[in-house]
Amino acid sequence: MSNLPSISNFISRQSFIELDARERAIALFDEGTSRELVGPFDRIESPWLAMQDVTPQEDDGCVVMKGKIGGQAAVVIALEGAFQGGSLGEVSGGKMAAALTLASADNEKGVSTSAVVLLETGGVRLQEANLGEAAIAEIMASILVLRRHAPVICLTAGTVGCFGGMSLAAGLCSYVVMTRESRLGMNGPEVIEQESGVDEFDSKDHALIWAIDGGEQRYATGLADALVEDDIPQIADAIRNLVLKGPPPVYRSSQVELYRSRIAALDTSRQWDPKELRALWSTKDSTEEKQ
Amino acid sequence: MERIELDYPAKKKVSNGAHIGVVGSGDLEVLLEPTDGETAHVSIRTSVDGFGATWKAVLDRFFAKYEGAVRIQINDAGATPGGVQLRLEQAAEVSEQ
Amino acid sequence: MSENAGLRGTVWFRAITGQASSMPGDPKSVLTSDAPLGKEQARFLCVVPDPNARFPGARHGEVGLEEGYTLAARVREIVEQDKGAIKRPIVAIVDAKSQAYGRREETAAIFLACAAAIDAYGSARLAGHPVIALIVGQAISGVPLTHGYQANRILALDDDGVVIHAMHKAAAARITRRSVEELEKLGKKIAPISYDVRDYAKLGLLYKLLHVENPEKPSEQDIRNVQDELVGAVADARRGPVDLRNRLESKEALEMRRATLLVRSKLEAQWLEN
Repeated sequence: MSNLPSISNFISRQSFIELDARERAIALFDEGTSRELVGPFDRIESPWLAMQDVTPQEDDGCVVMKGKIGGQAAVVIALEGAFQGGSLGEVSGGKMAAALTLASADNEKGVSTSAVVLLETGGVRLQEANLGEAAIAEIMASILVLRRHAPVICLTAGTVGCFGGMSLAAGLCSYVVMTRESRLGMNGPEVIEQESGVDEFDSKDHALIWAIDGGEQRYATGLADALVEDDIPQIADAIRNLVLKGPPPVYRSSQVELYRSRIAALDTSRQWDPKELRALWSTKDSTEEKQ
Repeated sequence: MERIELDYPAKKKVSNGAHIGVVGSGDLEVLLEPTDGETAHVSIRTSVDGFGATWKAVLDRFFAKYEGAVRIQINDAGATPGGVQLRLEQAAEVSEQ
Repeated sequence: MSENAGLRGTVWFRAITGQASSMPGDPKSVLTSDAPLGKEQARFLCVVPDPNARFPGARHGEVGLEEGYTLAARVREIVEQDKGAIKRPIVAIVDAKSQAYGRREETAAIFLACAAAIDAYGSARLAGHPVIALIVGQAISGVPLTHGYQANRILALDDDGVVIHAMHKAAAARITRRSVEELEKLGKKIAPISYDVRDYAKLGLLYKLLHVENPEKPSEQDIRNVQDELVGAVADARRGPVDLRNRLESKEALEMRRATLLVRSKLEAQWLEN
């Protein structure tokens, strides 16, 4: 984890967040090794959007690229947060699930192939509801298979963050990488305010949102493996290091007894300052290795 | 959802295609592909109805200078005429690289 | 429908397994029972309302922090016990209206609690356990993903009280700025967004849609029929691969998930090119 950047570092930073999905994917590969699969010119778009007066995008908001990271075979699957909030529809979800399955097949043939999923998403695309959910379930199933062979790395950089059903998929990944600007949580602040009232969650309280879902909090509570600056070379480095590290010894989503006991120890009679969780949940008392 | 089709005379062969933009709110995606023949064809799909005349004006202006034999597809979610112009010019530039 | 939210789960759980209680030490919101299914023992699980739940956001049958980790623990227990032995079926009985919405839940990472259950169910399936989901009521948003969708086979009752969707009607209407009636009408034309389980059945994800005489108070015949269907689903699961491809290969999927099949085959073709 880096310290606060100096002014000169800040000015010379190359923002990853300002890149679109395609540019983000390219930035993670060893230079010149990436090629896109089923791109916009293949014109496989959503069959469901135009009939609901929503303009489709030719790649359905999901970019799949194959190439090398750190000299090893990798696939990067990037959701375009600017298109329908990065939501998962039939095609975008199908692309992600299929790419993860094909990566597993390569591993089984002896070619170690990692996956990096760039999740800027609110979850299921409402206009495709049940097919979006089905696709997310299939993505989860393929993560469970692939992660046994090679790392499945979730990168959420912002500005959309990773919410809804895809936050559950993030929870299954081998590693989670976040920036301070990014957020990871199941239910967005507006949804909680709508369902449980403004006292439960004021969706206009940005400080509260980042205090709970933000990258720094998630990293400090052991829910993310790396916290990186919004800087292209730093992010690419972090991803490369995790690809080369290989699978973790244990998965966060498999540490059931640890988390059961953590949940049991919480005082549910009151709301907590999220910072209280940092001391309780730092990775010192888990079997995870610190980055 | 409105579909608009436009044709323009074309004089130049184009070697590369180009893809520019994202169908974000207030933005658009442009797919440009070389074709044979002497016509450039534009297909527009937009979620904002009723601006046919504005689309024609923007495309007329673009093709007043652009002579490529291309098929252009536009997927639009409410971009301004200036935004459309910009994306078209970016697409033309990328295809000439 | 909403008055019965979360009651059908308990009713069907008791009808099929003969009891409706949680295991010692578990929260009362998660029913777990090891009971006969056909000629073998199976583990049954269900999330139900517990008005005394520790977390205020999880008192009406929501899948919350405790529920996610308890499901995970009880599924993993069976996988552990059956190592080197016959893999017992695991049956998720589903009737829950949503995940828990709360500040505590987000702070304590409910996304991971649900991921833990998904990990457990999916890993059980990969280990060879027939995992079956039986949807008897609501299965909305995070609920089916967490408790049911990693199953080999999904069954649902053919009834208006069975609602499978990404977002419940009122919220979806608000967000899309349509009336509930408009949403329902749109669902008739666009099957993936329909709230009607008969339209859901067209998507190709279901193994079977089950007709029962009385979904709220199943008769002896209803119960026997459903148990027979569960036995059939278990056998069918054992005959097939441990992945989810049956959701792409069903007759309905070939029709309604054509774009999925197209993108998969295109991706596979281009993957190998170089």
